[in-house]
Amino acid sequence: MQNLKKLLIVISSISVVPSLIFAQKTLSPSEVASQYQKAFYYSGKDMKALVYMQLIESGGKERVRELTMLRKNTENSEEQKYFIYFHQPADVEGMTFMVYKYPQKDDDRWLFMPALDLVKRIAANDRRSSFVGSDFTYEDVSGRDLAEDNFSIEKEEKIGGKDCYVLKSAPKNPKSADYSYKLSWIDKVTFLPLKEEYYDIRGELYKLFIAEEVKDVSGFPTVTKRKMVNVKSQHQTLVTFKDIQYNLGIDKELFTERYLKRPPSKWIK
Amino acid sequence: MKQFWLISALGFVIAFNPATAQELSWHGFLQTNYSLRTTGLTPNSNQSDFLWADQRLQLKLSTSEGEARAFTKVDLFQDALESKADLEIREAFLDYRLGDFDFRAGRQIITWGLGDLLFVNDLFPKDWEAFFSGRPIEYLKIGVDAIKSTFSSSVFSLELAILPFFQPDNIPTSEKFFLYDPLASISNRTEEKPASKFENFEQALRLYHTFSSFEVTIYAYRGFYRSPSVKPDSLPTQIIYHYPKLSVYGSSLQKNLYNGIFSLEYGFYDSREDRAGDNPIIPNSFHKFMAGYQRQGWKDFNYSFQFYGEYMSDYSNYEKSLAIGFPKQDRFRQLLTVRATQFLKYQTLKFSWFTFFSPSDNDYYLLPEVQYKISDKLWMALGGNIFGGERKTTFLGQFDKNDNTYLTLRYEF
Repeated sequence: MQNLKKLLIVISSISVVPSLIFAQKTLSPSEVASQYQKAFYYSGKDMKALVYMQLIESGGKERVRELTMLRKNTENSEEQKYFIYFHQPADVEGMTFMVYKYPQKDDDRWLFMPALDLVKRIAANDRRSSFVGSDFTYEDVSGRDLAEDNFSIEKEEKIGGKDCYVLKSAPKNPKSADYSYKLSWIDKVTFLPLKEEYYDIRGELYKLFIAEEVKDVSGFPTVTKRKMVNVKSQHQTLVTFKDIQYNLGIDKELFTERYLKRPPSKWIK
Repeated sequence: MKQFWLISALGFVIAFNPATAQELSWHGFLQTNYSLRTTGLTPNSNQSDFLWADQRLQLKLSTSEGEARAFTKVDLFQDALESKADLEIREAFLDYRLGDFDFRAGRQIITWGLGDLLFVNDLFPKDWEAFFSGRPIEYLKIGVDAIKSTFSSSVFSLELAILPFFQPDNIPTSEKFFLYDPLASISNRTEEKPASKFENFEQALRLYHTFSSFEVTIYAYRGFYRSPSVKPDSLPTQIIYHYPKLSVYGSSLQKNLYNGIFSLEYGFYDSREDRAGDNPIIPNSFHKFMAGYQRQGWKDFNYSFQFYGEYMSDYSNYEKSLAIGFPKQDRFRQLLTVRATQFLKYQTLKFSWFTFFSPSDNDYYLLPEVQYKISDKLWMALGGNIFGGERKTTFLGQFDKNDNTYLTLRYEF
């Protein structure tokens, strides 16, 4: 009996090991895309970070955006809720912004302007609009529906000693994105994008994403420093995530008008 | 009064002792704001071409401890037209959160309803003079001294505001603006405001729920008109401005539709001192509604349309009782608005355009503006207020000679 058990274990481990190798080798392009999306946009059940953005013009002139971002995933769904509190610059200090993200339809967005005591619902049908005036679009910040793109793996390459898939994403409807295609260097271990190149309709590179620092935060590999460069204008945005926390148990009540108007200080500090 | 506020502000800082409280946050701005009438005409011969000219320092102080928060926003300004300096308490309130309840007591700005520069269920005071003379948009709203309680639950939220001190709208006067005044020859004018008595406390109620992308709200207001009615004596040699009793019952709805946001709002204005509609010096009851649609057209470009209507009750009584020589108002006044906003250069440059057009009154009001953010702290805006219309007796048409251009320069900290 004991021997049989041992034998079974041996057999199963033999069968498991090759299947793992096999699995890695045969991840389909859309599986890679799906893993990438999970790792980049969905880590943990919820997340909090202090986001520091530097918007730098080609001449070196710099603008700053500082905000606290809270994100909560919806169980068994790709829907997410975002809560953003602006610290800087002074003209938006105290403003809050809330997004209910739905991958298959337009997001719901609300902006609260304390000077007018106004909760304003914001049209969100164009996800290519710039996020707070940076080189990142809304779509870059919260992700894009996987069903909107066709995926293929162009090649495999090393970046900074890390094995990567080079995933090509091309929008099924060319009007749904600024890029005609995008190449993403996706770390085979963490599935985080280490570099992304955006190509326009003429096939010219116009935007470049670089993950400058990746850290393990509570077991979740996280891009803690990232950069988006507009290759043509040389305008760039550097983003640093600080004080990152996962699985804090953010209550879903936070994502309501009540807290949009008066966010609890423990969540925005 | 000013001393009282200064002492209060000081008390506020001391009460929230830095040793125990979380930090005191300081923000504000320094601003210059000029508005120049471009028609070359002035309503009074000795008047300047400037409609507005001021320098102001705004200080915003806030601190919180546990569930409590204190906030004050004070403007110190120097009015270049009147050559005087003054202090204005824009807001000063205390917040307290207790379970499902939020309380706010003190001077505060309250905004309700869905209209963009059209107000159906927002019965809180507004400064139209500021708006028409190109002051920044936040100066359209006037703070009210009120106690506001909000109950929030997952099923619905309920907000009740009690306003013990009546605060009228600040509307343009003939001293500064060209406007239609059928009793212009009478200069003896006084104002009768509702006294701060218990029976006059204004009440505003809002019941709302958000079903994900679908928002429904019910409103009720009991108080007074914020624009005065004119009560001439029999001769007439004297005019008394007064504020008749008003109740408003309304509702609104907002949802995503056709890649944009659709808004609908309705309010019944119950003119409690003229329910029959036969008193010529008090407005009749009205049905007011607004339908709006906004969406993004392309990258960093938004646009919106609104249709607004005011339908008068008891129109035949209005017609019968209308004084001879006074212009007759249509039964159904309509207004269309269009807004378009384009951001450029990483949202540092903003072009915006807003149009009011009334097909019933045949008048219009155009508001073009360019705003440029020179840096994170410094911005400037250049814009205009352009009025016109077929007649000088309609709401927008009367401002025809007040076209103005304004410049705002603000340093925020």
